[in-house]
Parts: sequence; structure tokens; C-alpha cells
Amino acid sequence: MEKKQYSVEAIESGTVIDHIPAGQGLAILRQFKLLHPGNAVTVGFNLPSRSHGSKDIIKISGIHLDEQASNRLALFAPEATVNVIEQFKVVEKRHLRLPDTISEVFRCPNPNCASHGEPVKSRFYVKSAGGQTKLKCHYCEKTYSREFVTEA
Amino acid sequence: MPNPLYRQNVISISDLTTPQLELLLHTALDLKARPRSDLLAGRLIGSCFFEPSTRTRLSFETAVQRLGGKVIGFSDGASTSAKKGETLADTARIISSYTDAIIQRHPKDGAARVLAEFSSVPVINAGDGTNQHPSQTLLDLVTIYETQGTLSNLKIAMCGDLKYGRTVHSLAQALKRWHCEFAFVSPPSLAMPTYITEELDEAGCRYQVMSSLEEAIEWADILYMTRVQRERFDEQEFAKIQGKFNLHASMLGNAKDNLRILHPLPRVDEIHPDVDSTPYAYYFQQATNGVYARMAILSLILNEEV
Repeated sequence: MEKKQYSVEAIESGTVIDHIPAGQGLAILRQFKLLHPGNAVTVGFNLPSRSHGSKDIIKISGIHLDEQASNRLALFAPEATVNVIEQFKVVEKRHLRLPDTISEVFRCPNPNCASHGEPVKSRFYVKSAGGQTKLKCHYCEKTYSREFVTEA
Repeated sequence: MPNPLYRQNVISISDLTTPQLELLLHTALDLKARPRSDLLAGRLIGSCFFEPSTRTRLSFETAVQRLGGKVIGFSDGASTSAKKGETLADTARIISSYTDAIIQRHPKDGAARVLAEFSSVPVINAGDGTNQHPSQTLLDLVTIYETQGTLSNLKIAMCGDLKYGRTVHSLAQALKRWHCEFAFVSPPSLAMPTYITEELDEAGCRYQVMSSLEEAIEWADILYMTRVQRERFDEQEFAKIQGKFNLHASMLGNAKDNLRILHPLPRVDEIHPDVDSTPYAYYFQQATNGVYARMAILSLILNEEV
């Protein structure tokens, strides 16, 4: 029998974010604050992918993302899948759906937005048009490309 | 039946439904035809202007007093605790404990929505940075309806600074609900932003860019003029466009009878005084309508029935 060789070590319990477009893995780790102390995180970059040529993959031990948190990932990696792992097995495979709103993750890039310096959580309305994802700030009502918000 | 605006905030035109906008519009016209001095009797309104805006402030304060209410407040944030670093959240908690409604003008985009989240009384946005000025849009709608008898399927030409002009953005966003058609006349560097034209596309509204003001005058039912600010250009660039977007009475020969010229004021030289005496000029009546539009907002948010 052929021995299956994993590029990234399997985890017993936790979350595997698979099929991340190559190059987006680090951005996802950083933006979604997935590096929790005490939870082992394994990342693979530019791994071979049958559907996309290459992909990134993130495995987080001991953490389960809820559906809302999973859908936030769709901003960066709409084709990624979030796999819930128990006893080394995939017990749930979630395909992502772009959320209607996204809160707390990003700061509004408008320096004149009143949300800065006030006890409010950032909030954006997510719109997808012509293959582009745009975010509209709940407070200042300005609309930005996804890249502009996530890199701000 | 209580009106749908009772105890509501008025923060952004995009928050208001079309029936709510129509209710505001007709209430403004009713108050103009049949003045009422009792609708704010016994009410105290906070007029919080964190930046100076004399015309808007006086218009709101006139509206409150004409309805029998009283006003407290300030006309410049420099004399308030905001200068000491107080958050809008705390300002909202305090002022809403004194008053029945708050009218706020603020230099920050989104300030009205932040204030409203911490206020226990309704908040009216009297301009937040470059974002929204819904009472200005309402008075524009009142004026357009008053002069044309409808808001539907009108030809609206907008001229001047369409890039930074908050009034033209909000007005286009409002009028798209009634399937108006638009013509934009501006220097290329001050063109209408794409997020507005995308919204018009989504709403199925037609729009075009026109190169000359004369062409727009012949085409339009409403010509909405705004000021091109000299400081947005270097001297050489300004020399190329100087006068190109200025309106004179002699240019109105081919205008339709129903054409009305609007301007949010103050004007400088984009409308020559010789236009004032033509039947097309309507900007001073438009400013007067500001009081009725604001009376309508105040009356509806503070009375279950008007």
C-alpha cells in the first residue's frame, strides 16, 4: 500500500483552513488573529493543489471557528474550506459564504472617520460586484476595495 | 397610526425609505402652506455645532422656534469639552439627558451615527464631514417637487464640483429612487465619483457627462449648480477652466420653460447676479424651503401624529 505523505502534519482536534489561494495564508493569520497562545499553528505555503496549481493551508490545534468567523475568511479566500477536525478526522467541511457585514476585524481606512477614538466597533457592509469585493463603512459610509481596507 | 419617523434618527438619506422621504416632503409643503406653531411646544432641542455653519444652524434654530420649541447649544466646538478630548459617546449621553432631540454638525465623517448610538433621544445630522447632510437633500427634494410637481423621471443636470460636493452626491442618491436621468458637467478632475455612478447603474438610472453648460441648460428640468473652488487647482489649471462653469442670463435662451436653477449657496461667481431676475432662478426660495424641510423633520421625529 502506498504510504500517504502529508506536507503539513495532521492535527488531532481543531481547524484546517484548506485551499487558501497561494500567498494569502500569512494575511489570513495576521488579519484574523489566529495565533492564539497555547494553540499550535502549522502553516503550509505553495503546496500542490489539484484544482488551483498551488495553495496555502493553515492548521490550528484546539480551536474551532464558528460559522460567522469562517465566513469572514471568504473576504480573502472565497474558495477556501474550513474543516473541523476531531480524532484526526474531518467531521465537518464548510464552504465559505461572503458575510453581509464584518465587525471588529478591520479599522476604517478613512482617517477622518468618527469611529476612530470612540468606544465603537468597526463595522463594514460587504458588497460583491463585478468580481470585486467592496466594503462600506457603517459610520462614514465610504466604500473601499477589500485590499484597501485589509492593508490599511 | 403613529408616523414611521416618530423617535427615529435622521442620519443619512440612505437610511430613509421612499415612503418616509415622501412623508417628510409632503409634511414640509403642508407646513409651508399651513404654518403650525405648536408642534414643538414644551420641547427643548440641543443645537450642537462642532464647526461653524451659520446658514444651517440658523435654519434649524428658526425651524425649532417657529414650531414653538426652545434651543440650547453652541455654534463652535472650540468652546466645548470636545476640545478637552471628550468622546462623542460621552457628549451624547450628557446632552441627550438634557434635551428632547439633538441637531449635530461635526467635521468628522460618521459623527452623527456615533452620536446616535449613545444618545437616548433622536439625533438629526446637520452635516458630518464630507459624508451626509440629509436635511439639505430634503430641502432640495422639496424644492424640486414644488417647482416640477413631481420627482419622477426628471432630467437633472449637475454642474461644478461634483467630486467633493456632498450635496450633489446625496441628491443623486435620493433622486435615483424616482428614476431621474442625470447629466454631469464638471472639470474632468472634479467628475462625479464612480461609487455614485455605480449606484445609478444599479438603480437603472441613465446618466451622461456633458461638456458644456449650454447643452445642459437646453436638456434639463433642474440645473443644480455648485461652486468650483479655486483652491482645488493650481493657477495654470484654473486659468483653463475659469468661467467655463459660470452661468449668465445670456446662456438661458434655449432653456425649457420649466427649468429651475438651484444652488446650495453660498455662491461666488458661478451664478452671475443677472440670473437672479430670470424666471429660472430658484436658489433663494430653495434656501427658504430649508426651514420647512427642517420643521418637517423635527415635527415628525417628536410627534406620533402630525
